[in-house]
Amino acid sequence: MSLSLADVEKVARLARLAMSDEELKAAQTQLNNIFGLIAEMQAVDTQGISPMSHAQDVAQRLREDKVTESNQREAFQAIAPQVEQGLYLVPQVIE
Amino acid sequence: MTWEIVIGLEVHTQLSTNTKIFSGASTAFGAEPNTQADAVSIALPGVLPVLNKGAVERAIKFGLATGSHIAPRSVFARKNYFYPDLPKGYQISQFDLPVVGQGALTVQVEALSGNAKPYEKTVRITRAHLEEDAGKSMHGDFHGMTGIDLNRAGTPLLEIVSEPDMSSAAEAVAYAKALHTLVRWIGISDGNMQEGSFRCDVNVSVRKPGQPLGTRREIKNLNSFKFMQQAIDYEVQWQIDTIENGGTVHQATILFNPDTGETRAMRSKEDAHDYRYFPDPDLLPLEISSEWIEQVRATLPELPQAKQARYVNELGLSAYDASILTASREMADFFEAALGDATAQAKICANWIIGEVSAQLNRDGLDMTQCPITAQQLGGMLQRIADNTISNSGAKEVFRTMWAEGGEADAIIEANGLKQVSDSGAIEALVDEIIAGNAGKVAEYRSGKDKLFGFFVGLAMKASKGKANPAQLNDILKKKLEG
Repeated sequence: MSLSLADVEKVARLARLAMSDEELKAAQTQLNNIFGLIAEMQAVDTQGISPMSHAQDVAQRLREDKVTESNQREAFQAIAPQVEQGLYLVPQVIE
Repeated sequence: MTWEIVIGLEVHTQLSTNTKIFSGASTAFGAEPNTQADAVSIALPGVLPVLNKGAVERAIKFGLATGSHIAPRSVFARKNYFYPDLPKGYQISQFDLPVVGQGALTVQVEALSGNAKPYEKTVRITRAHLEEDAGKSMHGDFHGMTGIDLNRAGTPLLEIVSEPDMSSAAEAVAYAKALHTLVRWIGISDGNMQEGSFRCDVNVSVRKPGQPLGTRREIKNLNSFKFMQQAIDYEVQWQIDTIENGGTVHQATILFNPDTGETRAMRSKEDAHDYRYFPDPDLLPLEISSEWIEQVRATLPELPQAKQARYVNELGLSAYDASILTASREMADFFEAALGDATAQAKICANWIIGEVSAQLNRDGLDMTQCPITAQQLGGMLQRIADNTISNSGAKEVFRTMWAEGGEADAIIEANGLKQVSDSGAIEALVDEIIAGNAGKVAEYRSGKDKLFGFFVGLAMKASKGKANPAQLNDILKKKLEG
């Protein structure tokens, strides 16, 4: 399996990445190299081995339902590009 | 031309945890913008999600209450899409291995046409999965920009997906209502629809009987049962008209406008649904042991359906009364507390709660939890009706006083002299006096004018200042008048 340039363009668009033609071509080569690695792994006989969803074969540890975080809005918003009335401002998204 | 309607629901119910699904930030409603948006909620680089045990526990409860399979192992996945109120660029959800698997909910459907009877409908539940909510976008007056409040980001949701088992708006609304009652009943959500704690997406399609499923359109984010009914009715008619006029229904996401009563398609982007799910490497699989499931099962209250059956079979109530009393857990708890051990009084207790109590609550704009009369106070009054201390009209007076001023039935009866006279000697004396003083009318009655009986009852009641035991009075009066 390999990615066409159109595939790479689509993935870039979904990720909201602006890429030049050269960058797209470079990304295509790099991604296809990764696909090569995947193809190699898929060739391994995994008959009788149940799939894992995580590299570590351990279970999720859970957190008690208790409030541990305090209000740090001021600190977080100090590094935001634009804030107003406590809101983070972003370019308009309404269609 | 008959058309078959096919409806399936996806309900997002906000879980009533104190904190977010993946961090210890508060989920309290109505806080100042972004004051409950911690480093995880705003997706600062390097933060890691840690799953909230309370959210998982609530999912287990829901699974148990709907007889669903609870996965011993489930997996969180990233659902990727771009929107500013989703700062990570993906929503943590569950995809192919959800926490709750197949189950079912049986609901009572009110028939719409006059003569038709309510009927039972079983709706299969496909799955329910845990996920995080997004933040809120404000398209207000921000110099052409959008304001983002991330307080809601990371709030735990249980998305409950049904099979397309419903075939009318009435069935869809009945299912949604039953689900709404259930999540509050088992205490996993406050179900507050105004605050968005219970949001419904409705998938609607139409087809000719025997044909394969038609193309569905999804009505998004309905937050009232009335709107759901209207939106489905409109959408069904629109799809039928479209097809009958030679058009084609295209799959789309649509919105309902309550002001116009119409649905309209949102602008669709061809790749809007390319979510590129994959297992979230930040989260290990969730394991739920059978011991944990049993611990949670032990905390489950008696469920509405089981209660209804018990009210009918053991207390002799009608199915209608039982369904009203189990419309909310508060109502059922009030009924049971008022009734106490006096199970023989179940019908009269039900009548008072469904009648007077509900009517007064309604009039005063209160809900059951704000009832000025406690269940114990009502129970005390019912005892005095049962042992004939007060008549029904006396009880109404006790109830009015109790509602306005509080107090126990016995004290009110005493203070207002409402004790009914059940001393037959006293009632006989009173009746004798009336017969002696109205010889003419008595003669008329005895010559066949039966209707005068009411006249004598009125006189006797008046003479007793309304306190005579009505049944006893009737008996004595009848006997004496007949001579």
